[in-house]
Amino acid sequence: MNLHAVKAIYFFEMSRALRTVMQSIISPVLSTSLYFVVFGAAIGSRMAQIDGVSYGAFIVPGLIMLQLLTQSISNAAFGIYFPRFTGTIYELLSAPISPLEIVIGYVGAAATKSIGVGLIILGTASLFVDLNIQHPFSMLAFLVLTAVTFSLLGFIIGIWADGFEKLQAIPLLVVTPLTFLGGTFYSINMLPPFWQKVTLFNPVVYLVSGFRWSFYGISDVNIVASLGMTFVFLLVCLGVIWRIFATGYRLKA
Amino acid sequence: MSDIISIRDLSKTYSGGFQALKHINLDIRRGEIFALLGPNGAGKTTLISIVCGIVNPTTGSVTIDGGDIIRDYRRVRAMIGLVPQELTTDAFETVWGAVSFSRGLFGKPPNPAYIEKILKALSLWEKKDNRIMTLSGGMKRRLLIAKALSHEPIILFLDEPTAGVDVELRQDMWQVVRDLRATGVTIILTTHYIEEAEEMADRVGVITGGELIVVEEKAELMRKLGKKQLILRLSEPLSAIPAALARHELELAGDGQSLTFTYDTHAGRTGITSLLEDMRSAGVGFADLDTTQSSLEDIFVDLVRSKR
Repeated sequence: MNLHAVKAIYFFEMSRALRTVMQSIISPVLSTSLYFVVFGAAIGSRMAQIDGVSYGAFIVPGLIMLQLLTQSISNAAFGIYFPRFTGTIYELLSAPISPLEIVIGYVGAAATKSIGVGLIILGTASLFVDLNIQHPFSMLAFLVLTAVTFSLLGFIIGIWADGFEKLQAIPLLVVTPLTFLGGTFYSINMLPPFWQKVTLFNPVVYLVSGFRWSFYGISDVNIVASLGMTFVFLLVCLGVIWRIFATGYRLKA
Repeated sequence: MSDIISIRDLSKTYSGGFQALKHINLDIRRGEIFALLGPNGAGKTTLISIVCGIVNPTTGSVTIDGGDIIRDYRRVRAMIGLVPQELTTDAFETVWGAVSFSRGLFGKPPNPAYIEKILKALSLWEKKDNRIMTLSGGMKRRLLIAKALSHEPIILFLDEPTAGVDVELRQDMWQVVRDLRATGVTIILTTHYIEEAEEMADRVGVITGGELIVVEEKAELMRKLGKKQLILRLSEPLSAIPAALARHELELAGDGQSLTFTYDTHAGRTGITSLLEDMRSAGVGFADLDTTQSSLEDIFVDLVRSKR
């Protein structure tokens, strides 16, 4: 194991986050705070409780998950795309480092950043609503597992993209709609039966539901199903990345 | 001198069908400066990229210090430093950060004293805290060399190291390369500045159309393929070469003021004596004479043209 290389990539990426603290940390915290102001305080105060949880508190796990997914993807995608764009990828490809070590460095840094943002949002949320985390270890497990899984997805997007437009396309056109339709702001039990079944094809439902369960003990789908789906997605991403390095797709001629 | 790099039957065909390398066989000796010459698109960068692990070969093998570049990639790559042709840098990073990153990437623990030594040797120490985007082109080129040297490689690839670099900086870089060689580093440089190879290389390889057409000691190459010319400034201009001199390989200048005689320096008889005797007999006098020898550039151009 080339630990020096993993550390070099990890800290290089982390220092980039600190250079762009406005974009990396302040921006997601600000936008989430606005969600709390609008949905939690202004609209939420006029809405009924959901499964015994105030609306403001109900949306906290979903909002954290929304930022966790988008931040994980964009951090990891940009992390690997930037050296491809500038041409500095030559150094990574010529270094004595295995694909696994490259992934640990980039995905580890991306996941660390998004977990940090998630925890900051959690702290921010506690200023607006009363939070009660019933299963803190499950909450942390979902946080880490989701951050790693979607950072892996971001890494794939960063290798697949051949321009900044494509880099933004999946997070904007796929992940954000799936997150909004994945029970971030509502319980899927509030939907008509047909749409409840359709929604079950949305992988984000399982993430939000499992994460919400760790806060309030309530969930739209079984917690085991949530955990299982997250693991399946993690394995799919790992499989795709393994294939990318085996074939040199978009990396090596 | 033992070989440190052995390339055997190496070919590369890109997915579009373009064959960039055709059955290359090449040995690089430990501690030498080897210049790989070739016109644009000859396959120089592809060859270097394969050895460094950036491009996958189609067929053939490369071993470095006995290790295969694919099976034994960790040990092999740790020995190599690469200075790419393009000025590819992370514009927002500092000089110090970029060089330290490279050292870590190649598996070496932090060593600020060594990084300081490199930056000072490359006249970058004053800029260590500057962002790369603020550096001039020449400084960026030196930064790439610093990055390539950060992990103390024993083989250094320089892909067009002085492209776009001014004359003074070029001289400085040549000195850096010579200093490195003095410490035992094997250096492979690609260039299309022939004077660069002529100035520094121990051996020269010429590649064109993906084929390695010559590999030779520089001095030997110039001796074997070089031509020498004797230029005679005439006392009186000639309108044509006199019949008495027709048996000599002569060329009359357009103004009729000089005759150029091309001869083989390695032949037992150069023909100079008989030429001068024939000129005296024909009454052709000369006021001055000069000799010239073909440069590596002349040889290179002849070789590449003959292959087309």
